[in-house]
Amino acid sequence: MVEIHLLILFMIAAAVIAVQAKDLLSSVIAIGAVGIGLSMVFLALKAPDLAIMQLVVEILSLIILIRATIRKDLPFSVSGRWFFNTSSVVLFLIVFLTAANLALKKTSSFGSPAMGTANIYIEGAKSLKVANVVASITLHFRALDTLGEVTILFTTIVGVLAIARKVGHEKADRS
Amino acid sequence: MTVYILCLILFSIGLYCVVRKRNLIKIIIGIGIMDYAVNLFFVLIGYREGGRSPIFASDQVIDKMVDPLPQSLVLTSIVIGLAITLLLVAIAIRIYEKYGTFDITKINKLKG
Repeated sequence: MVEIHLLILFMIAAAVIAVQAKDLLSSVIAIGAVGIGLSMVFLALKAPDLAIMQLVVEILSLIILIRATIRKDLPFSVSGRWFFNTSSVVLFLIVFLTAANLALKKTSSFGSPAMGTANIYIEGAKSLKVANVVASITLHFRALDTLGEVTILFTTIVGVLAIARKVGHEKADRS
Repeated sequence: MTVYILCLILFSIGLYCVVRKRNLIKIIIGIGIMDYAVNLFFVLIGYREGGRSPIFASDQVIDKMVDPLPQSLVLTSIVIGLAITLLLVAIAIRIYEKYGTFDITKINKLKG
C-alpha cells in the first residue's frame, strides 16, 4: 500500500518539474519520468499488461517529443495578462474539483471494487479456458472497441502524413 | 481514499499547465499529464485489497482477482493517448516552421 503512495508522490514531483522547468528538453525528460513512474504503479496495482504497454508507449512518445524540441529551445515570455490567466486557472480548478467531489462520493472505497460486470467477464473467460482475462476482454468480448482503436491509429497516421507533408502535388509539378 | 486525492492533484497539475502556460510543447505535456492521471484513476478504482493479477493458472485456484474491466479499457486509452500526442506534435512542428516560435501569443496571423 505504501509503495503506491510513494510512487504517485514521485509522479507528482516529476510532473511539477515538467511544468515548471525553464528549458523544454528537461521538461520532456521529466514527463518521461512521470510515464515510467506510472508504469511502476500499474505493476504495483497488479496490471502487468498495462505496465508493458505504458513502457512502450512512453518510450515512443518521448522520442517524438524530443524530435519536436531538439535545437528549438527558445526562451519564452512570461509577462502579460497575468490576471486573466490566473483567474481562468482558478475557475477551471473550481469546476474540476467540484465535479470530482461529486464523483468521489459515489465511488466505492479504495481496495473493494464493485465487481458487477467484471464477474460476468471472468466467468466467460473461465468457460472459454482463456488464461489472460484482460486479453480475452480486449480481443474477444470487446473486439469492436479494439477495431475502433485500430481505426483511430490509422486515422492518426493518415493525419500526421497529411500535416507533415512539405509541398502539395500540384506545386511540386510546377516547380 | 488518499490515493484518489493524490490522483486528483496530478490531474490538477496538468490542468494548470494547459490553461496557464503559453508554450505549445508545455501544453502538450500538460495534456499528457492529464491523460496519465485519468488512466491511473481507472486502474485505482479496479484495485482489490490483496487481489491477484487477472491471469488464470492451471495448477492453482484463484478466487480473489483485481477488476479486469478497467484494465482492458485503459489498454485502449493508452494507445489513443499516444495517437493524440503524435498528432499534436505534428501540428506543433508545422506551426513552428510557419511562425518560428512556440509562443501561442505570437501565433496571430489569422487575426483580422
